Amino acid sequence: MTDDAHTSRRAFLRGAGGVALGSAALAAGAARADDPLITDLDAQPWTQFLGDPVDAMPYGMPSEHEAHVVRRTVSWLTADATSSINFTPLHELEGIITPNGLCFERHHGGAAHIAPGDWRLMVNGLVGRQSVFTLADIMRFPRVTRTHFLECAANSGMEWRGAQLNGCQYTHGMIHNVMYTGVPLRLVLEEAGLKGAAAWVLAEGADAAGMTRSIPLDKCLDDCLIATHMNGERLRPEQGYPARLVVPGWEGNMWVKWLRRIEVGDHPWHHREETSKYTDLLADGTARRFTWEMDVKSVITSPSPQAPITHGRGPTVISGVAWSGRGRVAEVHVTTDGGVNWTKARIEGPSLDKSMHRFNHEFDWDGAPLLLQSRAIDTAGYVQPTKDALRAVRGVNSIYHNNAIQTWAVDSDGRAENVEIS
Amino acid sequence: MSRFPEMRRLALGAAALLAAAPALAGGLGLGREATHAEVAAWDIDIRPDGLGLPEGSGSVSDGEQVFSEQCAMCHGDFGEGVDRWPVLAGGQGTLTHDRPVKTIGSYWPYLSTVYDYIRRAMPFGYAQSLSNDDVYAITAYLLYMNDVVTDDEFVLSNENFAEVRMPNEANFFDDPRPDTPIFVKAEPCMTDCKAEAVITKRAVILDVTPDGEDDSGITVD
Repeated sequence: MTDDAHTSRRAFLRGAGGVALGSAALAAGAARADDPLITDLDAQPWTQFLGDPVDAMPYGMPSEHEAHVVRRTVSWLTADATSSINFTPLHELEGIITPNGLCFERHHGGAAHIAPGDWRLMVNGLVGRQSVFTLADIMRFPRVTRTHFLECAANSGMEWRGAQLNGCQYTHGMIHNVMYTGVPLRLVLEEAGLKGAAAWVLAEGADAAGMTRSIPLDKCLDDCLIATHMNGERLRPEQGYPARLVVPGWEGNMWVKWLRRIEVGDHPWHHREETSKYTDLLADGTARRFTWEMDVKSVITSPSPQAPITHGRGPTVISGVAWSGRGRVAEVHVTTDGGVNWTKARIEGPSLDKSMHRFNHEFDWDGAPLLLQSRAIDTAGYVQPTKDALRAVRGVNSIYHNNAIQTWAVDSDGRAENVEIS
Repeated sequence: MSRFPEMRRLALGAAALLAAAPALAGGLGLGREATHAEVAAWDIDIRPDGLGLPEGSGSVSDGEQVFSEQCAMCHGDFGEGVDRWPVLAGGQGTLTHDRPVKTIGSYWPYLSTVYDYIRRAMPFGYAQSLSNDDVYAITAYLLYMNDVVTDDEFVLSNENFAEVRMPNEANFFDDPRPDTPIFVKAEPCMTDCKAEAVITKRAVILDVTPDGEDDSGITVD
């Protein structure tokens, strides 16, 4: 079934011929023969024979028919697969929670594997007590649960110069949205005792990249967490097991995984990941540093290049996601004509601070080509800009923080393409 | 943080937010005091003012030898980069070009970052295997390869480290966003916003998306 379903979907994607045939069959279908999937018992073995026992799969996996819903990478983006990126299949997901096994990965020295009993957290520097905590210690602190998006600063970075990758998994998939449980970083800092000159924190990972970032103390005392759980279960190894930093609304690089040390200081450290990387070069040769917040952004996940319209004309659902590092998403507008006219979409489900939001907009497709865009506005009043508006200020070489409006061109066969428009 | 007045407000708001979290009467008595040796083993970070630098030194010529043994297989004999591995030297004057070459010499603001990063994360695949003197020597060699020092007898040490300034230091600025028009309490255009929209760029022309012939379900042809 998997292969059949997949093959026919691919056959559809390959050519307009398949679409025309499919539509014709569908249209004629209203009037005729009995459906053997209803009338023929042999076509429905699940009705007659027993299924799997409850001990078949102690940790369940998705249906085999969903085997195409996986993280994917783009090999030419990086020199090596251990300091690299893969992408969340946004086009196949619904709601706002990203399944743990589909959360995109970004490592700089590969995914470290650390046994929980071997993990240590050091808190040192401008603190009253240079401290060491075990995971068992951390689990005894008061804990909180929060839902936040984690977006790589480089999400959509390959699109600065133009439309390049054909699918929202690739253009927007360096993001996941997860319900974290953990300890407020503030409580751990207070346990060690902050000294008066404390103004910055260095967070450091235990992996072979020794990932470090400088974070202003105010942010650490505000809403940062040392997270041990994601979506109810322990962190996945590739997400920093057994503990990672959660830095709500701020660029993903700062969410240090396999967290091993928190140093308190009076000045930032200007380490590699905040000088050579995660600084934003402008056209005049100057560069921005400490561009922490991820600005308001949205993308239509369906229809999109990997999720074409396959049902022909008629009722059609536009679905997408929006988020902002500066608050909640207040509104999302959708256009089908490339921005001549906009309609307010429905925010579907929870609207949480610095979290992904789901939006939907239903319309009656007449089969004419579409230019689809979404435009999000956050509770800080920021409106998602066009790519031209961003390029006018930043040029095309800043790599990071591309939160521009995305356009999908849908042709009369329902196929969608990544484009830029005037 | 003072450059971000809103962050002060954020912190105040956060205090209210955290009030909703479980309150602490005082310390919980969790964790233990770290020993000096433990702090020394993990606290290896270095700041631009030289805080954290270990005692030691290394010359350009020592660095050339260590670099050729430990680094050149990926970064090239002169830091020019092999295949797609990072280029470490050159690129000066290209930051305004269409395709800038961002290296230690052309882009990095502080020498401390070079020492810190090499010591904590390089060689790629065998991190923290270099001695402090080796890292001084490699750092000296990279300064020489980038024409920041021109004397091949140059010796870098914790004594003279902070005197070395990188050429691009002055070109970094703190985040000035928002840098595009924002519409606080104003309505963005909803109808008849422009005459028409015309496609100007297409991803299929580039055709660099993973092709998925075998497994992705994506076609770009």
